[in-house]
Amino acid sequence: MRIDRKPFFAGIMPSLSPRPDAESHTEPTAASTAAAGKPKGEAAPMNEHIVKSYEEELALLDRKIAQMGGLAEHILGQSFDALERRDPQLAEQVVKSDKQIDQLERDIEEQVISMVARRQPLADDLRHVMAALRITTDLERIGDLAKNIAKRALAIAHESHPKPLMTGLRHMGELALAQLKDVLDAYAARDADRALAVWREDENIDSMYNSLFRELLTYMMEDPRNIGLSTHLLFGAKNIERVGDHTTNIAETIHFLVKGTNITDDRPKGDDTSSTLFSKD
Amino acid sequence: MLNVTIPDPKRAMKLGNTLDPKVVARDVNVYYGEKHALHDVSVDIPDRGVMAFIGPSGCGKSTFLRCINRMNDTIPICRVTGKISIDDEDIYDPALDVVQLRARVGMVFQKPNPFPKSIYENVAYGPRIHGLAANRAELDNIVQSSLEKAALWKEVKDRLNDPGTGLSGGQQQRLCIARAVAVSPEVILMDEPCSALDPIATAKIEELIDELKKNFCIIIVTHSMQQAARVSQRTAFFHLGVLVEEGATSDIFTNPKDQRTQDYITGRFG
Repeated sequence: MRIDRKPFFAGIMPSLSPRPDAESHTEPTAASTAAAGKPKGEAAPMNEHIVKSYEEELALLDRKIAQMGGLAEHILGQSFDALERRDPQLAEQVVKSDKQIDQLERDIEEQVISMVARRQPLADDLRHVMAALRITTDLERIGDLAKNIAKRALAIAHESHPKPLMTGLRHMGELALAQLKDVLDAYAARDADRALAVWREDENIDSMYNSLFRELLTYMMEDPRNIGLSTHLLFGAKNIERVGDHTTNIAETIHFLVKGTNITDDRPKGDDTSSTLFSKD
Repeated sequence: MLNVTIPDPKRAMKLGNTLDPKVVARDVNVYYGEKHALHDVSVDIPDRGVMAFIGPSGCGKSTFLRCINRMNDTIPICRVTGKISIDDEDIYDPALDVVQLRARVGMVFQKPNPFPKSIYENVAYGPRIHGLAANRAELDNIVQSSLEKAALWKEVKDRLNDPGTGLSGGQQQRLCIARAVAVSPEVILMDEPCSALDPIATAKIEELIDELKKNFCIIIVTHSMQQAARVSQRTAFFHLGVLVEEGATSDIFTNPKDQRTQDYITGRFG
């Protein structure tokens, strides 16, 4: 395995078992406890709610997000490995694990709806539950994208993989994973500046996608027999680029959660493939 | 290129850009004997809208509300300093007729308090003593339109001579609102108008407030954060006799600026 995922889990899911049980609630990690109790950044130390069960529900929400985020990271990394090592078994596992992510999303959604109905959260609590709802949607999509990459890995398992292209794809995947890890850490620490940094970094993924797109076009032009493989790789790259976009969404949500305002700058865009034309000249 | 000067934008911002306010309070202090109950309250209250005062018990929100129609005058040990004006007219001007002021500034209380008279007389009382109707037909009109404005007409039109105290709690409260509306006030003060009512009666009052705000300046004191969020356009948070924060209701409830506001509305006050 050349994609080193281990550090990505630090602080997010220290005890991630190969098949984490979506129903069981893992012990609160240091990061999620810090997030629930005393947010960092410019916010003053937060008093606890008078109603303790409310406090516990908010902490539980954070733990579920952390669990879901850890799982999304995990299967995304696995999907890259499956693609690179042409490992159908690993790919199958990703497809299976995605179901756990879907289950967690439903779980979080239900909890948010129940909290809105029962507790009528306001101010930072309102932003907290709304942010959880938005982040869970993005994480679920990331899970789907990982699943899609894994399916493509299955489809091209028996084709030969051109090395330079695979290297490019791996770099892109590593960057997307690092970004996802960063944004999840930013969530746990309620760190808007870090979220903003992630948001800015997405440009790099976009430009990597851009150059991969061109490389794949060239590769297809060289020999029509490459088109099948290249198309799958192109969609794989597109999926990774989409992971970056969802990560960016999460960063925006974190900014809103912490500051109460949306990010106002225009995001730098590195992807111009939608306006690129294939020509033979 | 337009060259527009905004008079002291910082203050306009602080007071919520209400550039054409109905009620203006500046540095209002209230003392009950030795006790300093309200500290330097300055706020602009817009016309044709609802402003909610929220805050824990004893924070001074009702005290401030009662300054606006000089109800505090009735408490001998109470002393009010500072300035409150309605349409630029100082309401603490010694030359001002307090009875006239209270006709301009109606009030609805926590517990419905209809007079022990008929429904008709409850509403007709104010217009009659203020001489707003020349004859019985005019008075009938005022009573009907007031009851209509209070969304009570349909329910009581066939029993106007029944005692007001025989109505349900929610109906009694709407009768009190009709009574307040009957003298054509400009400002309506509501001191926890729904705290003695069930959710349906509360919803009816809130619907009524929504209607009334088209024509009146409404100020409501409420302990229900959700009610403040539902009915008001602006919210002011009081704590320990200080106006801590005032702003658009949606801002106060999603992104309050002051930690004390944040703690109070999210249920964190220790």
